[in-house]
Amino acid sequence: MADPMKIRANAAAGVTEVKVLMAHPMESGQRKDASGTLVPAHYITDVVVKHGERTVMECVWGQAVSQNPFLAFKFKGGAKGDKVSVSWKDNKGDTRTDEATIA
Amino acid sequence: MNPTRRTILKSTSALGLLVAAGLVTTRQAFAASGREAFETKTLADTLAALGGQAADSKDIVITSPDIAENGAVVPVAVTSNIPGTTEIAFLVEKNPNPLAALFKVGPDTVPSVQTRLKMGQSTNVIVVVKAGGKLYSATKETKVTLGGCGG
Repeated sequence: MADPMKIRANAAAGVTEVKVLMAHPMESGQRKDASGTLVPAHYITDVVVKHGERTVMECVWGQAVSQNPFLAFKFKGGAKGDKVSVSWKDNKGDTRTDEATIA
Repeated sequence: MNPTRRTILKSTSALGLLVAAGLVTTRQAFAASGREAFETKTLADTLAALGGQAADSKDIVITSPDIAENGAVVPVAVTSNIPGTTEIAFLVEKNPNPLAALFKVGPDTVPSVQTRLKMGQSTNVIVVVKAGGKLYSATKETKVTLGGCGG
């Protein structure tokens, strides 16, 4: 199981800003290790961010997203105390979901 | 009746029928096509996989460094001022697979996203925005001093 994500969600003037930092190697499949063997690709393919039951952001990613991916965006609505959940799935079938409370 | 014509009609409507029958939701059908676009190797192929030619637009604002010291972590932010934006795609022209990330924004989501991308070399960053079923694009160049792919 991968490490937990760092999620921050702040509501101001009816708009909630979400910032997520995920812990993931995001191997592109192009890189070689010290012995010259190709490191197999291992990257997040899908990310879904939900505010309660409502999906506010869906991402489809390729190998070109940096290691320990960062994602920031804003959505309308959301009040202090509401829950925001972030789920990701990688190309090896591993998944992780974390939740944060809007501050 | 021409049998060949029947066969063609049948095969083309098969997917439509599946969608209608609810076996394949439109979203799943779309997600599959999204993945294909990630496999493409050239910019032209990627654009084609995303749905064809995009019109240049000044309403897309790309914020990325003019010179990135480390190609492994290049912050890129995009804001689309086009009303009805549903999708934002980030393309890095000279990467092995140009399509880097695709964001599907909900109706209440502000069409402005920020993330970090890997770039192998100095390249154009192209953003394709889908709004109201039409495609718009904008381009910005980023110079990379140290590549972020391979090694």
